[in-house]
Amino acid sequence: MNSIEYIKKAKNGEIDIVENTKKTLEEIKKIDKEYNYFININENYSLNQAEKISKSNKKGKLYGLPISIKDCVCVKDLESKAGSKILEGYKPVYDATVIQKIKDEGGIIIGKTQQDVFGFGSFNTNVGKGYKIPKNPFDKERTTGGSSGGGSGITKKIEMPHIAVTESTGGSIAAPASYCGVIGLCPTYGRVSRYGLMTYSNSMDKIGVTSKDIEEIALMTSVISGYDRKDSTSKKIEIPDYTKKKYDKLKLVLVKESINEGVEEGVSKNLINLIDKIKYDYVSMPLNFKYSIQVYYLCTMSEVSTNLSMLCGMRYGMHEKLEGNFNEYFSKVRSNNFVKEAKRRIIIGTFARMSGFRDAYYLKALKVRTKIIEEYKKIFKKYDLIITPSMPNIAPKFSDINKMTPLENYMTDIMTAGPNLAGFPHISIPSGFSKDMPTGLLAVANHFQEHKLIDFARSLKK
Amino acid sequence: MNVDEKLIKHVAEVARLELTKEEIKEFLPQLKEVIDSFSQIQELNTDNVKPSYHAVELKNVTRDDVPKKSLTNEEALKNTKHKKDGYFKGPRVI
Repeated sequence: MNSIEYIKKAKNGEIDIVENTKKTLEEIKKIDKEYNYFININENYSLNQAEKISKSNKKGKLYGLPISIKDCVCVKDLESKAGSKILEGYKPVYDATVIQKIKDEGGIIIGKTQQDVFGFGSFNTNVGKGYKIPKNPFDKERTTGGSSGGGSGITKKIEMPHIAVTESTGGSIAAPASYCGVIGLCPTYGRVSRYGLMTYSNSMDKIGVTSKDIEEIALMTSVISGYDRKDSTSKKIEIPDYTKKKYDKLKLVLVKESINEGVEEGVSKNLINLIDKIKYDYVSMPLNFKYSIQVYYLCTMSEVSTNLSMLCGMRYGMHEKLEGNFNEYFSKVRSNNFVKEAKRRIIIGTFARMSGFRDAYYLKALKVRTKIIEEYKKIFKKYDLIITPSMPNIAPKFSDINKMTPLENYMTDIMTAGPNLAGFPHISIPSGFSKDMPTGLLAVANHFQEHKLIDFARSLKK
Repeated sequence: MNVDEKLIKHVAEVARLELTKEEIKEFLPQLKEVIDSFSQIQELNTDNVKPSYHAVELKNVTRDDVPKKSLTNEEALKNTKHKKDGYFKGPRVI
């Protein structure tokens, strides 16, 4: 039973939502013991919510549906720490706008899902100090992908109806969706409010949805989209009803560079097989494939190096004994609680913004970003969707990830960095299996054209 | 770009991070490799190209200058261990 059928039955009274919440909590606890998908399951919180909703006369669009939330999205009174040690103990005093919308529609929050700290990773191996790395639902020796690894893994493993709220800065929805064999939709930057989302890179962070079924994606995207006066970067623009089909024929174009060497054969083969019966053209995107990784990392590291300066052990999260001057105190809190990848990114970002280097790195990256956006926009004048694989490979083994240098690690974002730095909506759709592991197709649309992505996924389902 | 120990220590200090000797030893070759790779963007001509601080066109938004309800003092201080008389208590500044 998918979530759409479940909600119908719950509304009709055929399913008791409190009992369903209990069963779901039992299932996720069992899965979590083996796979580490949750960073926080608070049963009392979820059951109280279920009881409150079951007693209410209002039956919203998500009535009684269990929903998991990536840890970086603030939920009032529920520990929220973006997977990090430095925010341990932090309980937000307000709900993120997406959480408020979900609650208003009767959704039940069943837990906060595991992620790379602040979204720093493609493999979900950069977890906070002392936290457990989530394991791939198909092979426990392999990664779920990151940074929304917990949300994607639980989506694949769970049998009870459920939808995951995930987040992407440079591929954190598409990568784990591809590696775990589920669907992940990252909306246009500005489509969904970021109010209450813990910032990684404020010009690129997007809250999205991961699920097994495209109709579930359509439903949740409809619920969480919309302008929010609390987020000055959210856009006042019409929200289509994604739950209804709109587009029949879409013009597709496949990027040549995305199926060249460096991409695993099984990944390219599955992609071509999936779109074989649909007419498509080929296009080249030289700028995107040559510079998007560098631009993505320079921009995000620059932004995060300043955004994370708020974490200094004063107002929330980890505290130390107040001693020494403020520089000594802040340095101690930050040095003791940031993981290595956070330190690396802060250092590179600080370097790129420093006097003497700013023009050559940060500002230059922002200009190349403009050129990459123009390269996409030119293609969108002629085509509806740009197609590539979601990831160049199947989920790697942890033993292989451990041997990778940071640069090799960053390079795996080659398919997803471009659409993310350009703010384009994109969707990862399972394309088949290679060596018994799932592969994914990535479709990218022009700004605010999520409906085309959803209808494309619908057409593939047929 | 000459990325050496002196540069890393200086950048870390600016970012309020104390790196251990082991971290510096580990980070140095990694950061050299990353920054060398990122330097590739220098080769692209971007004369007369405007920087994209955001990917989507945005307009500055301001709210009306009218006081309204915000967090209470208790809520604002709820997550800190260091507080006194309704204020955050910070480390020594001078």
